[in-house]
Amino acid sequence: MTMDNNTALLEIRGIEKDFGGVKAIENLSFMVKPESIKGFIGPNGAGKTTAYNVISGVLAPTSGEVYFQGKKITGLKPYRIAEMGLVRTFQNIQLFHNMTVLENVMMGRHVRSKSGFMASALRLPRMRAEEKETKEKAMEILTLVGLQDQAYFKPDSLPIGYQRLLEIARALAAEPELMLLDEPAAGLNTKETSQLAKLIFRIREKGITILVVEHDMELVMEVSDEVLVLEYGQKIAEDIPRNIQTDPKVIAAYLGEMDD
Amino acid sequence: MAKWIVEKGKGLYFLLFCVLMLVLPLILRMSEAGDYYLSLMVFAGINSMVVIGLNLLMGYAGQISLGHAAFFGLGAYSSGIVTTRFGLSPLWGFTLSIILNFLIAYLLAKPILKLKGHYLAMATLGLGMIFFVLFNELPITGASEGISVGKLYIFGYNMNSRYLKDINYYYLTWIFTLLLTYFALNIVNSRVGRALRAIHSKELAAHSIGVDISRFKTKVFILSTIYAGLAGSIFAHYSTFLCPVDFGLNYSIRVVTMGVVGGMSSIWGGLLGASVLSILPQFLDIFAEYDILIYGLVLILSVIFMPEGISQKISLCWEKCQKKWFHEV
Amino acid sequence: MTFTNQLIQYLINGITKGGIYGLVALGFTIIYKSTDVINFAQGEFVMFGAVMLYTFHHVLHLNLLLSFILAVLVVTLIGILMEVLMIRPLEESSVITQIIVTIGASIFFRGSAMLIWGRNDVFVPFFSSGKPYRIFHAIIDRQYLWILVITLLAMGVLHLFYEKTITGKAMTACAANKKAASLVGINIRTMVVLSFGLSAALGGVAGGVLAPFGMKYDTGVNYGLKGFCAAIVGGLGNNVGAMVGGFVLGIVEELGAGLISSSYRNAIAYSILVLVLIIRPQGILFTKSGERV
Repeated sequence: MTMDNNTALLEIRGIEKDFGGVKAIENLSFMVKPESIKGFIGPNGAGKTTAYNVISGVLAPTSGEVYFQGKKITGLKPYRIAEMGLVRTFQNIQLFHNMTVLENVMMGRHVRSKSGFMASALRLPRMRAEEKETKEKAMEILTLVGLQDQAYFKPDSLPIGYQRLLEIARALAAEPELMLLDEPAAGLNTKETSQLAKLIFRIREKGITILVVEHDMELVMEVSDEVLVLEYGQKIAEDIPRNIQTDPKVIAAYLGEMDD
Repeated sequence: MAKWIVEKGKGLYFLLFCVLMLVLPLILRMSEAGDYYLSLMVFAGINSMVVIGLNLLMGYAGQISLGHAAFFGLGAYSSGIVTTRFGLSPLWGFTLSIILNFLIAYLLAKPILKLKGHYLAMATLGLGMIFFVLFNELPITGASEGISVGKLYIFGYNMNSRYLKDINYYYLTWIFTLLLTYFALNIVNSRVGRALRAIHSKELAAHSIGVDISRFKTKVFILSTIYAGLAGSIFAHYSTFLCPVDFGLNYSIRVVTMGVVGGMSSIWGGLLGASVLSILPQFLDIFAEYDILIYGLVLILSVIFMPEGISQKISLCWEKCQKKWFHEV
Repeated sequence: MTFTNQLIQYLINGITKGGIYGLVALGFTIIYKSTDVINFAQGEFVMFGAVMLYTFHHVLHLNLLLSFILAVLVVTLIGILMEVLMIRPLEESSVITQIIVTIGASIFFRGSAMLIWGRNDVFVPFFSSGKPYRIFHAIIDRQYLWILVITLLAMGVLHLFYEKTITGKAMTACAANKKAASLVGINIRTMVVLSFGLSAALGGVAGGVLAPFGMKYDTGVNYGLKGFCAAIVGGLGNNVGAMVGGFVLGIVEELGAGLISSSYRNAIAYSILVLVLIIRPQGILFTKSGERV
């Protein structure tokens, strides 16, 4: 997709989200430029996952709008948003336990394939061709993330690091424009984390834009072009990593968390 | 050779199974009680169709139905009413069975399938009970006195002829059953099957990866009711007389039991469970007296000790054997 | 009989039935609150209540009151055994599995009852003999009064139990928030067992008062389903809702059967069930969140 580098791929305009009077997000606005990597940080309970749920259509915002590729997506069902090329991973891993690793990735191809009940029941030639392609693409992506040897295992049998990779692989299979990663490094060791950083760069090389929520500061600062900081549902900073690291407001927010 | 068998695996099993079902009557008819065995096989096939449809809905998509007897009944009464009340060709009965189930399932799916878990169970059960009352009370269904069903002619050939009825219906039923099994096997091993399993496993994740959940739920619900309806139509012509009592809560529960015993998340499991529980009770005298007790016990014990059904136990054994045999080749 | 008299008669019948439905609905609610399980064998508790009363009173010749108490105790025991043997092993299983095991239990109970008490109705004598009372030209069976009195008594006792006793309060706490309850030292396991016992006991009471009208192995199913309708109408998980839902359902059903057609009696109840589930699964009388996307 060709797009002017100045227009945003994702634009959040004044999002508010109340949960029975408690404001989870307050007047949040930001943009994500195409083919960039944006870090999204903040102390626990700052509202990052709520923001993800609003962007991906799982939750409706109390007010405000979300624009993707210049189109308003607030109010659309999550599957419609996924079809448009915005997919996400989950902080609490949400893999399909009743499928193999390979099938989980093939699931990611759902939006890139069409065969319905009729074509599948009758095994029409076009369905068979599509199925073959889906499998090949899925295998390709598994190889990219390094899980090719686990293709026929069940996800439950994998260590947590591999499960996180599999979630990314599944999202990647959808050939998205934008990926929202939710704490991809949680539960990973140092070696796995550095591999994850490489993977994130490689995904960007494919032209995919990334928004990443993460607590591992080293990782965020390494991969991000820009970092957005949220505290108590409000944006307190948005800048390049070097400036964020020295921002007194950000430091105060994280020191506050340590006091708890 | 071994490799080829493993690769072609699933398709080959199905083909073998078809051949087996084709020649089975020849073996059965050698026995004195051949026709009796054939009639048991007819019921096994009819129940299999219902259970396979139900397994697509419950085992794959994870949506419970305790009211499938209603759709089975809709199919059966379609055939009965069309042939007896209107004197039309039985083929119109089959057509009406499909159309009626399609329409009713389509109208019900949206509001009903929004419900989950216990609420869905109770709503489907309630629907089943409402249809049961209708079968019992409407004049067109013959109410509690029942309705007779016209003979089934296929291209002028009388399926209900006196001496060949059982073998005729054996082949009719099992051609349908095998066809529906084939469709179901194809569906579960496809994009659609994966989407259904995804809905079963994690609705939120399925939604976020682009699955239009309500559309898939609606379609699989309709499909499962059509399976039940076709089974009902064949049942109607075979039994030649319909009583509401065959289409009540008991039948809904029986088909669920068959699915559970065979394995809900397996098409073969559905076939197996339906066949075993249709045939075995007829050979065990103890069943005649204590059938409800045994049904209850079977249901409880199989969910506790064999939650994935017999089919999973068998396939585990089979995998072990395959490894043993083929890896040594 | 004039129309008004007819109406009064329907109301009386409806209230009496409603009391029974309310008791069964309470049974559903109590178990649902403590375990999130809908117990499809709830109706069988009612059946056991009646056949046990028959056994103690008619076969063992104990006096009626003693028989009634013993019958309720035995049913309570059955409820507890059910929890320990069937529900507990499947605690971690899917909702479908849990539904199926309680269905299995209900069929198994029916089968055992058929084996022990046969396929015919068993009866106990009416609790007090004498002519029915009359209000305007409507007839009130003496047993109806017993049903109403005992039902209201059971509801009252249950209310006091929840409000005034430590155990009752612990059960409420447990239903509201399991984690918090266990943190303050409440034994969740005990509460779950207790809820099955209590729920079965209520079913037993309902069965006991119904026994003079006859009961056989499969009569309970109907009471179970109607009780569930009542629980849904009242808002599943709400005690007061369950009771009120019972009375509402009983009255609507009797009026509908009387004014429209008695052969559609069941269809009316189930239509209400399905409609409520579709339109307002959280209940129309009292709300408690329903599972809906």
